[in-house]
Amino acid sequence: MNGTWLDFEKPILDIERKIEDLRGLATPESPEAMEELVRLERKADRLRKEIYAKLTRWQRVKLARHPRRPYTLDYIKVIAPEFVEMHGDRKFGDDPAIVAGFAVVEDMPLVIIGHQKGRDTKENIYRNFGMAHPEGYRKALRIMRTAATFGVPIVTLIDTPGAYPGLGAEERGQSEALARNILEMAHLKVPIISVVIGEGGSGGALALAVGDVVLMMENAIYSVITPEGCAAILWKDATKAEQAAEALRLTASDLLELHVIDELQDAVMRHVRSLIGTPKQELLDRRLEKYLKMGVYLEEATAAANGAPDASPPDPAPPPA
Amino acid sequence: MTWLRKAKEGLKAQQRRRELPDGLWSKCEECGEILYHKELERNLWTCGKCQFHFRISARTYIKILLDEGSFQERFSEVVSTDPLRFRDARRYVDRIKKARESTGLTEAVLCGDGTIEGHPLVAAIMDFDFLGGSLASAAGERIARSILQAIESRHPLVILSSSGGARMFEGILSLMQMAKTNALLARLSDAGVPYISILTHPTTGGVTASYASVGDVILAEPKALIGFAGPRVIKQTIRQELPEGFQRSEFLLQKGMLDRIVHRSEMRKTLAWLLRFFAAAERLPHPPRRRAGESLARFRAASGPIPSPVGHAPTAAPSPVPERGTSPAAAPEPESSPPSPAGAKPSTE
Repeated sequence: MNGTWLDFEKPILDIERKIEDLRGLATPESPEAMEELVRLERKADRLRKEIYAKLTRWQRVKLARHPRRPYTLDYIKVIAPEFVEMHGDRKFGDDPAIVAGFAVVEDMPLVIIGHQKGRDTKENIYRNFGMAHPEGYRKALRIMRTAATFGVPIVTLIDTPGAYPGLGAEERGQSEALARNILEMAHLKVPIISVVIGEGGSGGALALAVGDVVLMMENAIYSVITPEGCAAILWKDATKAEQAAEALRLTASDLLELHVIDELQDAVMRHVRSLIGTPKQELLDRRLEKYLKMGVYLEEATAAANGAPDASPPDPAPPPA
Repeated sequence: MTWLRKAKEGLKAQQRRRELPDGLWSKCEECGEILYHKELERNLWTCGKCQFHFRISARTYIKILLDEGSFQERFSEVVSTDPLRFRDARRYVDRIKKARESTGLTEAVLCGDGTIEGHPLVAAIMDFDFLGGSLASAAGERIARSILQAIESRHPLVILSSSGGARMFEGILSLMQMAKTNALLARLSDAGVPYISILTHPTTGGVTASYASVGDVILAEPKALIGFAGPRVIKQTIRQELPEGFQRSEFLLQKGMLDRIVHRSEMRKTLAWLLRFFAAAERLPHPPRRRAGESLARFRAASGPIPSPVGHAPTAAPSPVPERGTSPAAAPEPESSPPSPAGAKPSTE
């Protein structure tokens, strides 16, 4: 029962409290208490399913940012206990907001790179809340190039509010660092699998997420701007974030519908194995083709046409082959 | 109390109106100098006193930079729709409509080809007046097609940026245009076709975090605001005043982010020189180019039109890249043809 509960989880929490209280009483000697316990547990289960079956986009934003959600290093600990972290961009410094290193998973060598948030205040200051500076993105690129040199597949885990907007970051070329990663990732001749595990915050997320396959956890988000930022600009009111979250369509199922991500489930190793044998050029061609298909626009009859675009819903781009 | 004054300036920068008054006199937004309109026009809309560069439209840039009458507009048929059916106080479709009416453009980027002192180029010019020069599906697609055109024609690509970043109203699809354009620019680089990026006031956000920052040559107009995050956001984040000249062209040059700062009146000459340089480089003996045009047909298909909304019959899908006299120059090259194994095969036992 410990941990952080979100407002919409309160009904579950109430039952969990009752269950906890009952635990002490429910002994083989008191069958009524046992029965009640089983009943409550079923109810909690049912309630959890109900609530989670119809989450609003804003509720999913909260889940994606949940402070007890697994972070990059938690995933790594489970899937790659042998992970060896590598440090530094060889130019300026090392950025703890991004972790990168080598791993062997089921005999497959992998380079794993991800944004890293902190669990508590102290750790969050060290990790800068998962908001990387240019040196973080340059470290990631350096290690991805190493991976490409040796033909090793790359797995990236995305979880950031965004690239850090600060003085030093601007001075050292935050835009260039992001732009370079996006360009080079289209170029690297090894399979790249990206998984949005929590918050996919704009350019700071994309700069680690140009891949052959982009997966997304069910309650993760991926957005061009934070709902708060969008609300502040368009509604001139940051408290309208809930509305902005709805308008931005930033959940995993939205992105699947918009053909921006490929799958919802975690199937990293299956993809690594299926891509590792793909001829290099074919790999790059398919990766480029996938991104070229993204976007929804119209083609007008004549160049000069100047009418209003139609408001009717367009069919989204065809799914990637 | 200088910080008060500076804070005000920061706000002013956000609200600058770009249209010049119709009268005979204009006031410089930077130094307050009163400028005679005719004089201003003669100076290509730059202040004679402080060299501030007024924001100008994409069509004006075409007029200033390209040989007269050489510009041929392309891809104007690619226009925005409203995939998210986005609406805040106003509907996105209404915003587009208004932007079209006020600018006479159909998107935030004007694409085409032309010549500068006789040197051919493919040009994409952004216009800040169209929804803040924001990047979304249609603008991204136009730029992508321009890059393909540059690869096929082997004519240098020039992108002039002026943008607030990715367009919120198309959500994640706008963000993906950054990947689309940069993934193609990687191919342009492979093909050995030069790309010159010009940054003007202001260029921030997703545009600086994608194509604007990866030119083979990066030029900027003087005093342009260029950065990833805007000054307001940075101020909110660090909660202190920004140093004088922070994120201006001169600052970026000093930090190593730009090749040159070029006054608007020198831009045409500078571009002509660079195009001549690259044309000379093109004539050097080269090892076979890495796959320039080989698989382009495939990408043209990929980036072609998508099914239109109901009631909007697609136009007979034209070849997005117009046929040009020159055929794709680069010969397909066997080195990169399939079945080469994907690198060192790790043991998968």
